[in-house]
Amino acid sequence: MLVNEKPAVKDQPMLSVRDLKKVYKTDGGDVEAVRNLTFDLRPGELACLVGPSGSGKTTLLKCISGLMAPTEGEVLLNGTRVVGPPKKMAVVFQEYGRSLFPWMRVRQNVELPLKNHGVPKAERDHLVDEALEAVGLAHVPHSYPWQLSGGMQQRVAIARAVAYQPEVLLMDEPFAAVDAQTRADLEDLIRTVWKKLRVTVLFVTHDIDESVYLGERVIILSSSPTVVQEDIIIDLPEDRDQLNTRALPRFTELRHHVYEQIQLAKKGHRPAAAVVS
Amino acid sequence: MTAQVTAQGTPQSRRTVPVQQFLGLAGILGFLLTWELIPRAGIIEPRFLPPASEVMAELFRAFGLTAFWLSVGETMIAWFVGLLMAVAAALVLGFLIGSSAFLARATSSSVEFLRPIPSVALIPLAVLMFGVKIESSLMLIVYASFWQVFIQVLYGVADIDLVANNTAKSYGLGRMARIRYVVFPTALPYLMTGVRLAASVALILAITAELVIGSPGLGREIALAQSGGAISGMYALVLATGLIGVIINMLMRFIEKKTLSWHSSVRSEVVL
Amino acid sequence: MTWLKSLAYLVGLPLLLILIWWAATLGRPNFFFPAPGILMDTFGEVWFGERILSDVLPSLGRLLAGVAAAIGIGIAAGLLIGSVKWLRALLEPTLEFFRAVPPPVLVPVLMLLMGITDSMKVVVIISGCIWPVLLNTIEGVRAVDGVLSDSARTYGVAGWARVRYLVLPSASPQIMAGIRQCLSIGLILMVISEMFASSSGLGFTIVQFQRSFAIPEMWSGIIVLGLIGVAMSFIFQWTERRVLRWYHGQKEVENAG
Repeated sequence: MLVNEKPAVKDQPMLSVRDLKKVYKTDGGDVEAVRNLTFDLRPGELACLVGPSGSGKTTLLKCISGLMAPTEGEVLLNGTRVVGPPKKMAVVFQEYGRSLFPWMRVRQNVELPLKNHGVPKAERDHLVDEALEAVGLAHVPHSYPWQLSGGMQQRVAIARAVAYQPEVLLMDEPFAAVDAQTRADLEDLIRTVWKKLRVTVLFVTHDIDESVYLGERVIILSSSPTVVQEDIIIDLPEDRDQLNTRALPRFTELRHHVYEQIQLAKKGHRPAAAVVS
Repeated sequence: MTAQVTAQGTPQSRRTVPVQQFLGLAGILGFLLTWELIPRAGIIEPRFLPPASEVMAELFRAFGLTAFWLSVGETMIAWFVGLLMAVAAALVLGFLIGSSAFLARATSSSVEFLRPIPSVALIPLAVLMFGVKIESSLMLIVYASFWQVFIQVLYGVADIDLVANNTAKSYGLGRMARIRYVVFPTALPYLMTGVRLAASVALILAITAELVIGSPGLGREIALAQSGGAISGMYALVLATGLIGVIINMLMRFIEKKTLSWHSSVRSEVVL
Repeated sequence: MTWLKSLAYLVGLPLLLILIWWAATLGRPNFFFPAPGILMDTFGEVWFGERILSDVLPSLGRLLAGVAAAIGIGIAAGLLIGSVKWLRALLEPTLEFFRAVPPPVLVPVLMLLMGITDSMKVVVIISGCIWPVLLNTIEGVRAVDGVLSDSARTYGVAGWARVRYLVLPSASPQIMAGIRQCLSIGLILMVISEMFASSSGLGFTIVQFQRSFAIPEMWSGIIVLGLIGVAMSFIFQWTERRVLRWYHGQKEVENAG
């Protein structure tokens, strides 16, 4: 599905965050939102980034997506330094109501990025159809986004990202504003899409259950100024299911562990490496 | 997340405020400088466009003249009385028509036809009926600004109906209490929007009447200065009308903000 | 039967008003207010002849040219000024001043600078009604949603595509509100530029009728101006509903929820 012009060297990370630091300059002095973050994502990995609220998750995501320049450090996408929004990256924002163009119909919204990059009409149609099909919205291409429910709007945003065929898909708390049942559906949708496309996904969330259920790996952030608190592998079976997976003893263990780490982070505990620096 | 948002947004914008004001001032100075240079460089002859310095000097000289302030007074009286009459009429008719579904439906076609008629079409009629007296100005001002307020009052009353019905049903408020707690607060923002729009329309029509018909005020002075060849004086008076416009805008915004400071939804500009 | 009822609501009051007017002028002719029948006859005589060619159409042409230019220039300049932060800060106070100047005072000024010509009248219309379009466009461009703007950026929508797919539609509610003001100011300026300085055109003709005390003719002219105003308003509303269908729909959904 993903066609790379130059096949990535084996073991070269798809996304690489190196010593990232972000300081906001304000009248009241400098505010250090992110202190020192380093982590890698391998091609095709689905990682969740979880941290207490106010831990600089959004800042980090803006730096990775090239919307904001880091104060220090760098972000590498497939070995190339990110200086602006990279072409092979797509972002799904939390505010679905504000990330879709309200003056365009669902289909046009999904199509726009492709059209903008000069993808020929036939291929475009094919990609859009496929993406809408994948998120279960093939029946409403001519609706306006605001005519749909919140969950469906977020599906449109996901379809837009999928149709764009990114190498890396960033998601900034995409389900924080939808109701619990829709949320479970959307979580499964992400797993399905990921398994089908094997795209590298970085999923930011503040929900511990969600991070464990979704991720193959969970990166836990400390409280602000942010460093990586812990990086754990989620060794749950690949086929996940809202009922059975969540009932597994291993799920409970992992969830417990992440929860403890977040509690520690909230209390200001920092990993040894960060304390030294 | 909120911590980042504030760290990112507010302090930065607070810092840029003096810079913006400085730039704005620079823009005004730049405009005046361009104006000064155009006649001096001979791009437009000074007898048609005197340099800014000359016009500004003339304006400051006018500030010392009783005749100038009399004209300003005449314009402002026409503006104020006309606006007051329009608001009063619009309030009464708006509430009357708006609160009856039958009247609202029956009048809507007439309103749709009368409202877009440009008030300047009434100029010849005003001249015939009132000549160059202030009544001519008032006729145009009232006609033009009436619709601005009237339409907003209708919107406001339409908004009340829903709220009032629900509230009255659930709490059983008395009539006075309803007016005090429901009708007035709901309609006020609409009314204020209407009055603000009407205020600038009223100024335009006041100046128009004075300019075209010759009723007393700044507009007539502009026409007289132009035909009498007092070119700097004419430009100074034009600047004066602009200043009055700015002051009226600021005043109306201030009043709107004061009266609606308690109101949760600050109404957007788009709603007209 | 519902359409019959709608029709009754539509024409009921206008018919009633005309009836009252007719009854009032029945017995004693009023100098200022001619009877409906006389006015109807005069209207046909006066306006369905060569006056359409010599006065009405040229006036409308100037109005159209002026308003179209004001909208075009206003939107283009507004897009530019609204997108460049320092430019906006630099120009906004000056532009606010220009907006506050009552547009009719431009008539004597431009008469002086350009003489009494057709192009002067068009320039009067442009320079009077550009401000609401310009300032509303600036405001609309400035108010583009941050998340939407970020979305466009991450998908590489930049440059002209950004203007076309993001900025322009996003600012369109404000732009349309500006155009509405622009149209009514334009009509006012068309009339008074002709009343003040002209030897032809609608405004001039109506004033001539008034000066020669041709009252029914004068009234018929007022009616022509009224019809133009009504026609413009209907065209605008029709266009606005189409252009801003998404906006009104979205507002409705928000208000319902």
